[in-house]
Amino acid sequence: MIALIGRKIGMTQLFNEEGMRIPLSVIKVEPNVVVRERTMEKHGYRAMVLGADTLKKSRTRKPYAGQFPQGVDPKRFLLEFKDFEKECTVGESVGVEIFEGVRFVDVRGTTKGKGFQGVVRRHKFAGGPGAHGSKFHREMGSVGTGAFRKIVKGSKMPGRMGNERLTVQNLRLFRVDKERGLLLINGAVPGRRGGMVVVLKAAKK
Amino acid sequence: MDVMKSLEAEQTKENAEVFRIGDTVKVHYKIIEGKTERVQVFEGIVIAMKRDGLRKTFTVRKISYGVGVERIFPLHSPKIAKIVRVREGRIRRSKLYYLRGRTGKAAKVQELIHRRREKVPETGSAQRVEEAAAEAPEST
Repeated sequence: MIALIGRKIGMTQLFNEEGMRIPLSVIKVEPNVVVRERTMEKHGYRAMVLGADTLKKSRTRKPYAGQFPQGVDPKRFLLEFKDFEKECTVGESVGVEIFEGVRFVDVRGTTKGKGFQGVVRRHKFAGGPGAHGSKFHREMGSVGTGAFRKIVKGSKMPGRMGNERLTVQNLRLFRVDKERGLLLINGAVPGRRGGMVVVLKAAKK
Repeated sequence: MDVMKSLEAEQTKENAEVFRIGDTVKVHYKIIEGKTERVQVFEGIVIAMKRDGLRKTFTVRKISYGVGVERIFPLHSPKIAKIVRVREGRIRRSKLYYLRGRTGKAAKVQELIHRRREKVPETGSAQRVEEAAAEAPEST
């Protein structure tokens, strides 16, 4: 697995070599620091804990700051990635250069909150006809059977939508900008501008 | 947002906009057919421009064999080899969609003729002002 923690800056479009316009999400990746290592001997699996976004000293408490190795400033985000493909040691920084040569990525983030939404928007129900005497417009309709006498758990109903973790898979990596620490990804990624996103090497490609 | 601007600036052509709305232009557009590349020229009236920066596009309208044809080009596209202004148009609005409903002579845009501003002649209003100033103290 190759993964980095970054922030979504926004979207734009650029021309590719063929002169086509490509919609792009721009992700800023400050170098991530390897905070801890999980080993086979000690933990039973291999993983790296990456930290990103340095916190101000006044913003951290001693118990939180204490878990970081000597010489590493406390980070806002701490995430563990199993079977990290790049060789690295604790305290080392990894940047966007590890994504060089990668063609497809998955992007994980927290979607924008949509508030309380009905079933048409939330679950893509078709809804009913708008006119011609129809009295069924955007309702959900029947939710259960007569025989079971209960509503099945997990039924699709209106409710809070968005503000949840989402992974978008198999997005084409358009460019790796080492100088500025940017990843340009073809297509939309979850979340607002400035939101934390995790960019992973595509699992299915 | 500076990062976004600098990314777009890399591909933004400088001085790409050599024409205005209403002008007749020839757009030299590169077409890739398999491995060969050739340039096609699309000539017509610029009837609209939209958006800004790298995303800027312009619409060119022409009548081809009696059928109106419109093409939207991204201004900064690397496929555009060059744009040549053939004729300037005299127009009074920024979107010339009214041309769509018209045919023949009515579907034309008047040519813009730049008249050179003539100099104020020596014996003219300027002289009269001087005379008036000379007369003024006498009257008081």
